[in-house]
Amino acid sequence: MSRQIHPAVSGAQPFQRAERDQIEGPILGTDEGRERLEMVLSRYPDRRAALLPMLGFAQEKRGWISPADMVEVAGALDLTPAYVHSVATFYTMYNKHPVGRHLVQVCTNISCHLNRGEEVLERFLAEAGTRQGEMSTDGEFTVIEAECLGACGFATVVQVNDEYFENVTPDRVPDIVEELRAR
Amino acid sequence: MSFPHRHELETTTLLSRHQGDEAARTLSGWLALGGYERLRTAIGMEPDEITGVVKDSGLRGRGGAGFPTGLKWSFMPKGDGRPHYLCCNADESEPGAFKDREILRWTPHLLIEGCLIAARAIGAAHVYIYIRGEFFPYTRILNRAVTEAYDDGYLGEDIMGLGWSCDLTVHNGAGAYIAGEETGLMNSLMGNRAEPWSKPPFPAQAGVFGMPTTVNNVETLATVPGIIEHGAEWYKQWGSEKSPGTKLWCCSGHLVKPGNYELALGVPLRDIIFELCGGTPSGKRVKAVIPGGSSTALLTGDELDCVTTYEGMQEAGSSLGTASPIVMDEDTDIVAAVRRIAQFYAHESCGQCVQCREGTQWIVRILERIEAGDGELRDFDTLYELCEQMTGRTICVLADSVVFPLRSSLDKFRSEFEARMTRSAVATG
Repeated sequence: MSRQIHPAVSGAQPFQRAERDQIEGPILGTDEGRERLEMVLSRYPDRRAALLPMLGFAQEKRGWISPADMVEVAGALDLTPAYVHSVATFYTMYNKHPVGRHLVQVCTNISCHLNRGEEVLERFLAEAGTRQGEMSTDGEFTVIEAECLGACGFATVVQVNDEYFENVTPDRVPDIVEELRAR
Repeated sequence: MSFPHRHELETTTLLSRHQGDEAARTLSGWLALGGYERLRTAIGMEPDEITGVVKDSGLRGRGGAGFPTGLKWSFMPKGDGRPHYLCCNADESEPGAFKDREILRWTPHLLIEGCLIAARAIGAAHVYIYIRGEFFPYTRILNRAVTEAYDDGYLGEDIMGLGWSCDLTVHNGAGAYIAGEETGLMNSLMGNRAEPWSKPPFPAQAGVFGMPTTVNNVETLATVPGIIEHGAEWYKQWGSEKSPGTKLWCCSGHLVKPGNYELALGVPLRDIIFELCGGTPSGKRVKAVIPGGSSTALLTGDELDCVTTYEGMQEAGSSLGTASPIVMDEDTDIVAAVRRIAQFYAHESCGQCVQCREGTQWIVRILERIEAGDGELRDFDTLYELCEQMTGRTICVLADSVVFPLRSSLDKFRSEFEARMTRSAVATG
């Protein structure tokens, strides 16, 4: 057990982290996995409600949610793998394939669009040396266009893993990319 | 600087008074500011009494629809013996809105206190705060506050030794605009795709887990403790008869000083844009404003002399929504702006209703074509027809939400759309 968390917040653990555990086996096969499942289940009258929290747990540990994770979570919650897949693919934040160490999400929605959001996105893609949605060959970056991140007064808004960058201009992008590489 | 700017127009900071104050985030700091005393008061009151005060205050839901909060609470059944739930909607995802995150990150205990008072009023023994997944930094802050509150007896069994118990659970969303719609939120909480359902059943009859449920926005719940402390009459000193109180504003787009402001309802929109936010950075004329978040009808720069109450914005042909004006200066390409908004709704349509799933995609394709200079005059007819067919015919209002900005821009900026078409006619002719 890496850290103590209260069951009340067990279904809301940040699941997009830069540091990832090297999980090789089943995601729920560890003590931490079993403990998290128990904690989450204790908060709802229905097992299915643990689905989003447990998909989040898989991503928190692995950095993405593998097909095997979906099968495993389905088994733990008495759901079919197909159902879990249909839910996992509904939500944009679940990575259905591995992503770079830094997942860069650039908002280009209306307020960011008015403040050069598209240029910021292009600049990130150029600096990271990748195309949208693909991982850079060095495994450092995945850059994607995001819908509204809820910080519109501070456009352009960029989220890198679980961190917000605000008031980003195209000129600031090279420094941000360099700083991320150095982490 | 993201906490509310201080300004001269009004100094009513009911919600934002402690935003920017690090100490207010902690339980000890919150207690030093009189925190949880309003909860103590509420636990000493009968549930109906709490609902009555909130009803009398005239507080209206701050999630966009403006439904009277006390009335919503009064729909909850009494003495039915079933578990009741309160869901706090912290899925802030309306483009233009960024107010709930300020409450979450600066005064999480204010929100917890508001949730508990509401839970007491509606007879709920469990509160779920559904917070959008992207809000990781604010989820951490909220989680810390919830943990502290449990550790010190402000949540859980026998709260403050007063014989009343209530649990609270924080639940992460995972990226879906439609999870901000109340039935979509409840479906998501239950482990489903965030697909809205047709009402009835209404949440108060059969909501989350099939039980009576109330869904309230973060800002709404954060307003409740003040009303309990000072009373309904006190709250009504701000705003108008139909729109009492204060509102957190989210100002974005082409502005010198964008950001959050807390204002009594009823300030002229023009003053917010020019006096508080300093007008456009380019110094150019304001071409258009989408006043209440991206799903409200656009106003031109000549239509800003409206009063920012629910009724005032309606009279102006738009709505207050989440009080999130998106300002566009003279140089803004309206076609591109509306296309970008339509893209968002196309991306976020859950796909249950044909009008929405297909209609949003059609709109995007037509607008892209017009933007590229390949539009035709008959595209107006198609777009207006889509607006007609997409209004009031779907399970939820996502389809209506794209119609408001689209139809208003077609009405008010027709010449800009036509100019693109003319260029195409010249090029091909």
